[in-house]
Amino acid sequence: MKVLVAIKRAIDYNVRIQIRGDASGVVTEGVKHSVNPFDEIALEQAIRWQETGDADDVIAVTIGSESAVDQLKTAAAFGCRRVIHIAADREVQPPVAARLLANVAEAERVDVLLMGKQAIDDDCGQTGPMTAARLGWPQASFASHIELQSSSARVTRELDDGLETLDVDLPAVITTDLRLCEPRYLRLPDIMRGKKQTIERRSIDEFDVSEAPSLELERVTAPPKRTRGQLVNDSDALIAELQNRQLL
Amino acid sequence: MSERDVLEYDVVIVGAGPAGLAAAIRCKQKAPLKQICVLEKAAEIGGHTLSGAVIETGPLDQIIPNWRDAPPPVCVDAVQDKFRWLTRDHSITLPTPPQQQNHGNVIVSLASLVAWLGEHAEELGVEIYPGFPAADVVFDDTGRVAGVVTPDMGLDRNRQPKPGFAPGVEIRAPITVFAEGCRGHCSKQLIQRFELDRDADPQTYGLGLKELWQLPAGRATPGLSVHTIGWPLDNAVYGGGFIYHLDKDRVAVGFVVGLDYADPRLDPFEVFQQYKHHPSIARLLEGGEVVAAGDRSLVEGGWQSLPTTEMPGAILLGDGAGTLNVPKIKGVHTAMTTGILAGDHLAGDRGSVGFDTVIRHSEVGQELYRVRNIRPGFRRGLWPGLANAAWETALGGRSPWTLPNRADWRAMRSLTETDDDAPPQRAEYRHRELPPATRESSVYYAQTEHDENQPVHLQILEPDICMTRCREEFGNPCTRFCPAGVYEVVDDAAGEPHLQINAANCVHCKACDIKDPYQIINWVTPEGGAGPTYYNL
Repeated sequence: MKVLVAIKRAIDYNVRIQIRGDASGVVTEGVKHSVNPFDEIALEQAIRWQETGDADDVIAVTIGSESAVDQLKTAAAFGCRRVIHIAADREVQPPVAARLLANVAEAERVDVLLMGKQAIDDDCGQTGPMTAARLGWPQASFASHIELQSSSARVTRELDDGLETLDVDLPAVITTDLRLCEPRYLRLPDIMRGKKQTIERRSIDEFDVSEAPSLELERVTAPPKRTRGQLVNDSDALIAELQNRQLL
Repeated sequence: MSERDVLEYDVVIVGAGPAGLAAAIRCKQKAPLKQICVLEKAAEIGGHTLSGAVIETGPLDQIIPNWRDAPPPVCVDAVQDKFRWLTRDHSITLPTPPQQQNHGNVIVSLASLVAWLGEHAEELGVEIYPGFPAADVVFDDTGRVAGVVTPDMGLDRNRQPKPGFAPGVEIRAPITVFAEGCRGHCSKQLIQRFELDRDADPQTYGLGLKELWQLPAGRATPGLSVHTIGWPLDNAVYGGGFIYHLDKDRVAVGFVVGLDYADPRLDPFEVFQQYKHHPSIARLLEGGEVVAAGDRSLVEGGWQSLPTTEMPGAILLGDGAGTLNVPKIKGVHTAMTTGILAGDHLAGDRGSVGFDTVIRHSEVGQELYRVRNIRPGFRRGLWPGLANAAWETALGGRSPWTLPNRADWRAMRSLTETDDDAPPQRAEYRHRELPPATRESSVYYAQTEHDENQPVHLQILEPDICMTRCREEFGNPCTRFCPAGVYEVVDDAAGEPHLQINAANCVHCKACDIKDPYQIINWVTPEGGAGPTYYNL
């Protein structure tokens, strides 16, 4: 079985996000980036399949600037035997990412396309479902458990009101949720090996995705600051104050 | 526990700071075939690096001659110096001491400078592994240093493996370079084991606290550096503040407290926060925002405290040895120079032998020798210290004597020896309004992170002392000298006070390991990648 894992370079979850002075976005320069945590879970799952023999080939792919190669090295350190970089120096929104990933999934004839349920930078959560639609494949999103069978997968999905288990025919797109598995600690020798692995280089210009972005970013602002609270001495004062402000 | 992997290199360097990276770059330039591995405990290069910092650029010219064409991300020419003495309400301009005249120097963020140096090193083929500390030193059968071992990743609080556990690896090399910075925990162990400080005075330290502020447009004066002495410290305590004006309406504001202070009630975090509320500084900061904050100890012992910098199979560099020039308040150029000297030495396959002589006879050794008497002269207070500094400066260090250093932890007096009243300056403290209000919120700006379920990396060797002798004699000063709120006295279920260690707050400043009056706190490295995340500090 062949598994393709799509990963995204995102600002590390531990970074305190700063907004640019001109409200055009968040500060990304000199800030630690990592594999989007949900995609890292997808990587871990795919590598576990490779270790148990359920998958014989795991390929990682990412779309983005030259810096995203760092995240492919992480994927290689996990144990992905092939890593593909689709160079893109412009912003790639979910519809375009979906077309690129569908293209790779088809060309590589993979059985499972695995990716995080969403990226923690834009929180869109659209790329997985859109890719499935592009490919005309079944999809199972928010997976917290996956059992691979010969021509299908049994997937447990995390929903707001409980768990749903369904069977999807392969090939399929599966997006991973937090509880699917916990990524391992990478060992230094694996990181060293990952650094030396060959990156397969593609470019967004090789694909027919020249359309203008469908979304335009207006501005990014911080939530309004909370003003300092007021201390009152007793409940009577509280009631009086609330009445005074016409809240009671 | 599974067998450890062993990796072999020609040189292994512990610490991707200015000294370690300068050594790696220089060695690779001179001997391109050498396989060099640099280990770094921060998740990213520079993530644990914090300094003022106004630096001299000589060493940069040496290893990256065209560096000004693509300078580090934060780099502003130092164009103007001011030296001020603060009282509670006033600021009096004094003549700037010659050592603090910064014309020709640049103001940088050392965190981003080392990240930038790391890129240069990697281009040359140096392998750098952030997120992998040296947990311990490896010795061969003859007792020689043979390399280091990285920590086991994925142990729980009780040292049992968690799912995903990855054992550490041994990295061996004919020569290991320890460039861990101030009070490196492997260096500390090696100094004891090889008695490297046998002929030296005890090392002495200061604690530096720093914040980066984004100010309203137009308020900063790029290139201006201000140094202050006086308030909020009284004249008995060595220390002072700095304000470095960067570009893009940013200023770095910080304070250094000499860790040889005597009063156990002194609270360096509060001192720094008070400092920011001095009218001359509050005026600058009001309406601005804290962008980042952090704390780091620095070495102050200089020439007479410099340990032997070589031992069988290993050498010590930079602040790991103790090469900071206190009157200049600069250690980056000396650290980098020790790195460059090490790079030359290593490229020549000379092992560790002779390195100590190289350091002592180098410009770094000479520079430290000339100013050796200035810092210890402040032991009798600010004004005698300044008079002594003037004398030493006039003589260019040719006094026929060398003033001794004492260990900082010995300087602390017990509560019974201190006055019953609160320290005099405390009554003058201002109501604070500028952020961060508390240690906890300061830690938030340091972006520090440790997995809570891992072995505690602050080991109390004799925990019985804390709630008995220490509480009585010193009133648990760890709760005050730790700027990150790691140490907290809380009541347990039975209402009895006990010491709680919030190890996850730790910003790796090492003040506790240095200042604890019983020397029972041992700082060891936590899991790789844990700790603060400094950008532009």
